[in-house]
Amino acid sequence: MPAASELRIVLAEDSVLLREGLIGLMARFGHRVVAAVSDADGLLDAVETHEPDVVVTDVRMPPGFKDEGLRAAVELRRTRPALPMLVLSQYVETMYATELLNAGDGTGVGYLLKDRIGQVEEFLDALDRVVAGGTVLDPEVVRQMLRRRRNPLETLTNREREVLALVAEGRSNAAIAANLVVTEAAVAKHIRNILYKLDLPQTEESHRRVLAVLTFLRS
Amino acid sequence: MSAQNVWQALARPGFLLSGWPLRSIGYLIVNGLTGLLTLVVAVLLLSAGGLLAVVVVGIPLLGAIALLGLPVAVVERWSLRMIDTRPVPDAHRTPPRPGLTSWLRTRFTEPVTWRELGYAALLMFVLGPIDLLAVTLGVTVPLALLATPLLLATVGEGEQVNVLKAYAVTSWPGAFAVCAAGVLALVACAYGLGLLAGSRGALARILITPTGSQLGERITELTRSRVRLVDAFEAERGRIERDLHDGAQQRLVTLTMMLGVARLDAPAGPLAEQLTRAHDEAGMVLVELRELIRGIYPPALTNFGLAEAVDELAARSAIPVDVSLTVPQRFSRPIESTVYFVVSEALSNMAKHSDADRGEVSGGYEQGRLTVSICDNGCGGADIDAGTGLLGLGDRVSVVDGRLSLSSPPGGPTRIVVEIPCQPLPNSE
Repeated sequence: MPAASELRIVLAEDSVLLREGLIGLMARFGHRVVAAVSDADGLLDAVETHEPDVVVTDVRMPPGFKDEGLRAAVELRRTRPALPMLVLSQYVETMYATELLNAGDGTGVGYLLKDRIGQVEEFLDALDRVVAGGTVLDPEVVRQMLRRRRNPLETLTNREREVLALVAEGRSNAAIAANLVVTEAAVAKHIRNILYKLDLPQTEESHRRVLAVLTFLRS
Repeated sequence: MSAQNVWQALARPGFLLSGWPLRSIGYLIVNGLTGLLTLVVAVLLLSAGGLLAVVVVGIPLLGAIALLGLPVAVVERWSLRMIDTRPVPDAHRTPPRPGLTSWLRTRFTEPVTWRELGYAALLMFVLGPIDLLAVTLGVTVPLALLATPLLLATVGEGEQVNVLKAYAVTSWPGAFAVCAAGVLALVACAYGLGLLAGSRGALARILITPTGSQLGERITELTRSRVRLVDAFEAERGRIERDLHDGAQQRLVTLTMMLGVARLDAPAGPLAEQLTRAHDEAGMVLVELRELIRGIYPPALTNFGLAEAVDELAARSAIPVDVSLTVPQRFSRPIESTVYFVVSEALSNMAKHSDADRGEVSGGYEQGRLTVSICDNGCGGADIDAGTGLLGLGDRVSVVDGRLSLSSPPGGPTRIVVEIPCQPLPNSE
């Protein structure tokens, strides 16, 4: 099922096998990997050269095999806030997610476990959502954050937390309603309560959703 | 219980019939010959070195004389076991680095080298000759006396034989009297040689075994080697973690992706079902592998340090855990991982045994001391010796000079405190 529009992607991944696999996967879904690089410097150069629609990058890459990919992603978030960015990681690190979100305004950014690549359709869907300006966080990240950051989220009910978790994953109200088997109106009500309890300013709704996510990341 | 050394054997009735007299003789012969050989080598080295000193190459030969005590002590340590089953520890230090220079520097700077040289000199000029003389006399005199009747019958043709070339025996009664004296001499010599070997062994032991300060040095050395072992162990864990991450994990991700794509292509039916199962299975292996890697060396610890890694541990705990850990600093890898695994073990014990509904991890770094305590409001009664988990962690903590204490009265609460004196890594705040 080819996507509606072809995305031009810069891919940074140091494992050759996985890199080739991802290129094939993207091609299959009608996207084009315009540059596939294996380190952070290569990523910055490739973005400079190709002006892609979206960047997909690994976290741990040469030369230090620490978090070079994330550092590059954070830098790109600062220099090119409008460039969508999907960061893949072998393990969940809430610090990484927080850094990524804090580096920009929290839109057009995703942080997923590499495991999710296996669920190819969901993975491509996440990519599309990031490109569309959404915020996509791995369910695992969200789970960890909800467990560990208890203030001010302690005031939320369990159902409100579930809703917030799904919001953080970048789901629309309709998707959340379907997921929790409730009406969209109920979801909207929960979200209003969440925004109220987290004491978020009255601005445009989608922006406030992002702020709500950021609240529990930063608390 | 059999005798442990020649002294104990001497005090027992069965000495003459035991192997100890022969062991004593063996010991004395080995040492006498070693003394003789050392003397020859020393003379050769001295003359060759003296002659060649003018062309510089002789100087190392002269230097080698100073090290003569080393092989002598090796032989002594080995031969001492003949007359004393107690181990003779080697007092030498292990050179800090491989290579001849390091070895030479270590040997020339440690006192035991010079004491061994002293022993070698004593052996060459005094002890060695005494050993050989004593064995010669102690063996030949009684044998000669014992053999008198035999000699009278054979070489003396029943008429005359000169005992030890000094005393002429001309009659059979005289010959048998000398023989009887030989039996007495044999007993006396066996005890005499035993006494000599025992004293010689004691003297050698005093000279070549570690003294108190050397034992202290060895303890320091052992402590260091234990730290090195732990460091090597940590490095190895890190390597395994990296290998798994860069190898197996990447391949598994690729595999699940391939299976995911294959599922899209497969027509509905048994094949699609098989693929789905394989895909799910691969996904689960990936999750398990990630957990395994976390257990080997948690990535959060490498990347962000203790506070974040403990935060993550607490977030994964089945019991809600409050964390107030103020450690912005980074510490060396063994220290961070020790504290991390203590907290990890404590939290998992808490979940398993404590019946608590709230836990707390707190601590910080103050005045050169990193302190972390883990408490719960559970039923207590934990025993550090009962589970190998905590005991093993106590060992790890002691390797980094820290202390692990546990307070867990019946009825609770349980409190585990780990304290490690340490310095943060530079530029780590």
